[in-house]
Amino acid sequence: MTTQVSAGRRARAGVRLPARTLGLGLATTYLSLVVLLPLAAVAAKGSAGGLSGLWDAVRAPESAAALRLTVGAAVVVTLVDAVMGTAVAWLLVRDRFPGKRLVDTLIDLPFALPTIVAGLVLLTLYGPGSPVGVDLAYRRAGVVAALLFVTLPFVVRTVQPVLMELDADVEDAAASLGASRWVTFRRVILPALQPAIVAGAALSFARALSEFGATVLISGNLPFKTEVASVFVYGRIESDDIGTAAAVSTVLLALALLVLVALGLVQRWTARRG
Amino acid sequence: MSIQVNHVFKRFGDFVALDDVSLDVPAGGLTALLGPSGGGKSTLLRVIAGLEQPDSGTVEVEGRDVTGLTPQQRSIGFVFQHYAAFKHMTVAKNVAFGLEIRKHPKAEVRRRVNELLELVHLEQFAERLPAQLSGGQRQRMALARALAVQPEVLLLDEPFGALDAQVRRELRTWLRRLHDEVHVTTVFVTHDQEEALEVADSIVIVNQGRVEQAGTPRELYDEPASEFVMSFLGPVTRFQGQQVRPHDLVLHPEVQGAAVGAVVKRVTRLGFEVRVDMEAEGEPLWVQITRAAAAELDLEPGDVVGVTVSTPAPVA
Repeated sequence: MTTQVSAGRRARAGVRLPARTLGLGLATTYLSLVVLLPLAAVAAKGSAGGLSGLWDAVRAPESAAALRLTVGAAVVVTLVDAVMGTAVAWLLVRDRFPGKRLVDTLIDLPFALPTIVAGLVLLTLYGPGSPVGVDLAYRRAGVVAALLFVTLPFVVRTVQPVLMELDADVEDAAASLGASRWVTFRRVILPALQPAIVAGAALSFARALSEFGATVLISGNLPFKTEVASVFVYGRIESDDIGTAAAVSTVLLALALLVLVALGLVQRWTARRG
Repeated sequence: MSIQVNHVFKRFGDFVALDDVSLDVPAGGLTALLGPSGGGKSTLLRVIAGLEQPDSGTVEVEGRDVTGLTPQQRSIGFVFQHYAAFKHMTVAKNVAFGLEIRKHPKAEVRRRVNELLELVHLEQFAERLPAQLSGGQRQRMALARALAVQPEVLLLDEPFGALDAQVRRELRTWLRRLHDEVHVTTVFVTHDQEEALEVADSIVIVNQGRVEQAGTPRELYDEPASEFVMSFLGPVTRFQGQQVRPHDLVLHPEVQGAAVGAVVKRVTRLGFEVRVDMEAEGEPLWVQITRAAAAELDLEPGDVVGVTVSTPAPVA
């Protein structure tokens, strides 16, 4: 606090912006308490045994398997979301069909639902004794299905407004220049949507990395098979192996951070082209 | 290439956008579709382009019926009011678009793009993105993009509508010169009569989904077919219940013969012309006279003068 106060005084003496300095101090303190400190604590705990200790904990067969499954499933889910999310957004913006408003509202449901409820829904539908005859329980496909369910809204909701704002003249211009509908989509519309798709996909990916509730029921959490990283972390904590839990958490944290930084770069690059 | 539009109807819901429109655009000319907003001129242009399908009627280019063809199948260049730039592509890529999707050889595309950028004076902006250009530059880029594929017909929808007055005037003159160089049959939509008179070889007045009159600027100005055309193109005033051009009225120092007496309200000197606001038979009236005529009459507010109509006769 003392450093912030003296920094404030200096700013006041110099450019006379007390409100701004106060606001900055408050925001920094709040962010530190709520976000940065806990994250730092996890990272510190994870690397308590030095970098080699962290590396060993992550490389241990069960941790590695959980991380591989998590990242692999997240990549698959992100790719599917990018394609299907764009398609759903397209349908909602460009097509007219009865019940469109209802569908538009339902898109957010996976996001609003407590994820454990989502897990229960999926288990009921795609579990043993499935009414539709599809049993994904205790299988990796079940993990992917659960992640697809909870990450659906991200790409849809980032692409939708961009698609609505898209200038219809641009498509007419492409048509008048001889471009077929497909060429227009690939060379004119898709590049315009790309930043939104990337942003939505990044959020999907981060969410898929961290999902717990939706996957915990349907996956059965079989080590080396269907146990995702967050469930593995939970298991380690239950068994009092805080070190391994923190190490795996640190990796998840680093991955999520990486994705968000990449997203920031993409957005800055897009902003430049206006 | 000449364009014929035959008995085209188009409605949007209850709104009749085009109501039995027929039109002949001569090959190689520069034609303006002029009229008030919402009168149907943009719809007519889009029907010619194939961007809208008419409910009935046909469009022919050089005698060939193109009504059923998509915009892709018609050889047209279209320029939009708000540029419709491909924002993620450089200026050069925008211009190259039509050529690249036709799979022209790279070297040829590059040569043609350079040629066109030179034509529209944007050669030093080839690698910029549209967002880094001014409105006038963006519209010139859009024009180069449309011309790249060597269209039979160039269509421009309010091409200067989004630009400020200064740039507008520049681009107008420039479009006229460009057309004299490129000679492609060109139709442009505008609601600005000055723009139409200054740029076009022929003008088509479109109002409430109908063609009011088509002809050269002189014909429309001197022989308007309706009160609407007369009032839309050039100044008008009312005299004895009829529309007349204010410069077709003659002022006399005495009220004699057929002359109608009028009281001078205000005299405004606007450069080479003088505007005299008056009241005749209880109605406001204004005339445009030369400085010499004004000097001879030596008008002051309150003076009573005689007013007659010179030829051509007013429109009923």
